[in-house]
Amino acid sequence: MITDESPTLLSDVEPGQHATVTAFIGDLERTKRLREMGLLPGTRIKFVRWAPMGDPLEIELRGYRLSLRRHEAELIQVLSEVS
Amino acid sequence: MAAVATTTFALVGNPNCGKTTIFNALTGLRQKIGNYPGVTVEKKVGSFFTQHGEKRDLVDLPGTYSLVPQSPDERVTRDTLLGLQPDIPQPDRVICVLDASNLERNLYLATQVLEVGLPTVVVLNMMDIATAKGEKIDLELLSDRLGCPVVPTTANHSDGLLALRVALSQPGLPNSSVYADFTDLENVSEAAIAARYERIGSIAAEVISYSVVDGEDRTDRIDAVLTHPVWGWAVFLGLMGLMFWSIFTFASYPMDFIDASFGKLSAFIQETMPAGDLRDLLTDGIIAGVGGVVIFLPQILILFLFIGLLEDSGYMARAAFIMDRVMSRVGLHGKSFIPLLSSYACAIPGIMATRTIESPRDRLATILVAPFMSCSARLPVYGLMISTLVPTGVASAGTKAGLMMLMYLLGTGGAFFFALLFKRTFLRGEPPPLVLELPPYRVPGLVTVLQHMLSRGSAFLRRAGTIILGLSILLWFVSTFPRTEAGLSGSFAGRAGHFLEPVLEPLGFNWKIGIGLIGAQAAREVFVATMGIVYSIDGADENTEPLRVALLKDHWPDGRPVFTPLVSLCIMVFFVFSMQCIATLAVVKRETNTWRWPLFQFFYMTAFAYVFTLAVYQLGRSLGY
Repeated sequence: MITDESPTLLSDVEPGQHATVTAFIGDLERTKRLREMGLLPGTRIKFVRWAPMGDPLEIELRGYRLSLRRHEAELIQVLSEVS
Repeated sequence: MAAVATTTFALVGNPNCGKTTIFNALTGLRQKIGNYPGVTVEKKVGSFFTQHGEKRDLVDLPGTYSLVPQSPDERVTRDTLLGLQPDIPQPDRVICVLDASNLERNLYLATQVLEVGLPTVVVLNMMDIATAKGEKIDLELLSDRLGCPVVPTTANHSDGLLALRVALSQPGLPNSSVYADFTDLENVSEAAIAARYERIGSIAAEVISYSVVDGEDRTDRIDAVLTHPVWGWAVFLGLMGLMFWSIFTFASYPMDFIDASFGKLSAFIQETMPAGDLRDLLTDGIIAGVGGVVIFLPQILILFLFIGLLEDSGYMARAAFIMDRVMSRVGLHGKSFIPLLSSYACAIPGIMATRTIESPRDRLATILVAPFMSCSARLPVYGLMISTLVPTGVASAGTKAGLMMLMYLLGTGGAFFFALLFKRTFLRGEPPPLVLELPPYRVPGLVTVLQHMLSRGSAFLRRAGTIILGLSILLWFVSTFPRTEAGLSGSFAGRAGHFLEPVLEPLGFNWKIGIGLIGAQAAREVFVATMGIVYSIDGADENTEPLRVALLKDHWPDGRPVFTPLVSLCIMVFFVFSMQCIATLAVVKRETNTWRWPLFQFFYMTAFAYVFTLAVYQLGRSLGY
């Protein structure tokens, strides 16, 4: 697996690209539910698409699809894989 | 023999795992729906029989992703399992439903449930989707790792339900103790979540084997169209259009039939009973009241049929996905979209549908603005007023459609404006994260959808029906008594109309319109019938032409006509914004558990309707209309 050197935000990942979560920005309360749904440091995700109006976005993780807003995606640091 | 308490099972699972389908399949129609005291969480209790014919109680707990609660619904689930819910004893056993096609995330809740330590049966539902994804699950190994029986099902196609009933009939179940090392559910730390997923990851790696599936994922191909920037909107608007077209087209046949049946029943009583108050109470109060509720049932059932199909197929989550941006502009949530859309048919099912919104603030904002969406009870009023608005009495299709569209736009605009206002003021707060699961598409289960439709339909009848019936009787009373020579004008309702006239005159409304507005408090469409009574036109709700003529002849003491085109328009505008449905207010009271919000809603909406209509009338007058 080849990854970019520097971490980016989940909101900057290109559709179709894979990435691995490295860290969460901010306090636990805001991201607790996302973590409980299996989005954890070390989890590999696929950025599927943006919604037609540019927000929210859709990702695939642990074999299922989840939608979150740009606002939340900006709290999640990832290393994206270079295709 | 002393009565032995029935064994109670609790049903828990993630949202969208098919838990309710399993509940409906096990209990059939033996279910009771109520509320938990102090919270507005729906309480569903039913019973089923084991293979040996023994009765078992079953509680369907609200769907949740975790036992660390983030909403009142989720708190009820946790508290019930831990035996902390005041009105309900701790269940004896647990049925934990998992979506087999999404095992890892579903196991997160399952491991928490097993920690509670009650004897548990795990149901692996949606096995068909797991198989279609190329997953093979080693059920024996999973059962061994979890320390409890595991039953595979595809509940929406009725597969595996017999095996489930057999498993539930077993006399002894091991108490789960495998995960007894995590017990502090309240203080969840990052490390605890990570440790749990680590454990789940190793179980999943052991029990799931993948085979390669041919071709691209079906859900991917469908989503490429349904969430496409152009086609996505086209399909979305097409589906919504089809839904409303169906509601208004197909419902009209049973509605005409219901209307005619109640008319015949009323006529039969008129002929057979001696004239008197009792007869009038029966025909004008009770039959009219029951008929006024039942007549909306076809529309409500078609609405819930569509919602059920969209939900069960997986499209509803996509509708929320593409609408979230629009809704977030006014501070609402993608999930507020369906309740508001449903409110175009009737605000009551719309408000009942807000229960899927996790954030209490977003839910309250949605409830408070839902009645602005022009419901079908306003249509008869719009119809009558459009006929008095155009000189010939028959509006061209274009004029009619244009005016109707204007009313829908005004109402929707009002809803968005006030949602934004509330979210900027007293419902202000950090926006809760949107955590929306996009489930794979599947063919909806017909039985599931029909059961959903019937259970929602009967909830509508119970909630709205009793209130509208009571009000119809009350309205009959105030428009009949006290009996004076002046007839309706001298009754309580008539006096109230006269009393209101000084307030209504700046809107161009006279006391007769005032009586109509009072009548409309039971249900908006009653306005037409009340105007019929005021202008002594029999059967005005079936044929508006004589009423139209009578309305146009009415004039103020100084000879000016009352029903100018401007006044007709103003009545329509007033109906768009005002809160004239006590049944809705009663449902809001139920859903918010306080009279504060329905009262607030009544006053702000009516005040806004008054001010807006006043502005339209005065502006129109100053422009010479």
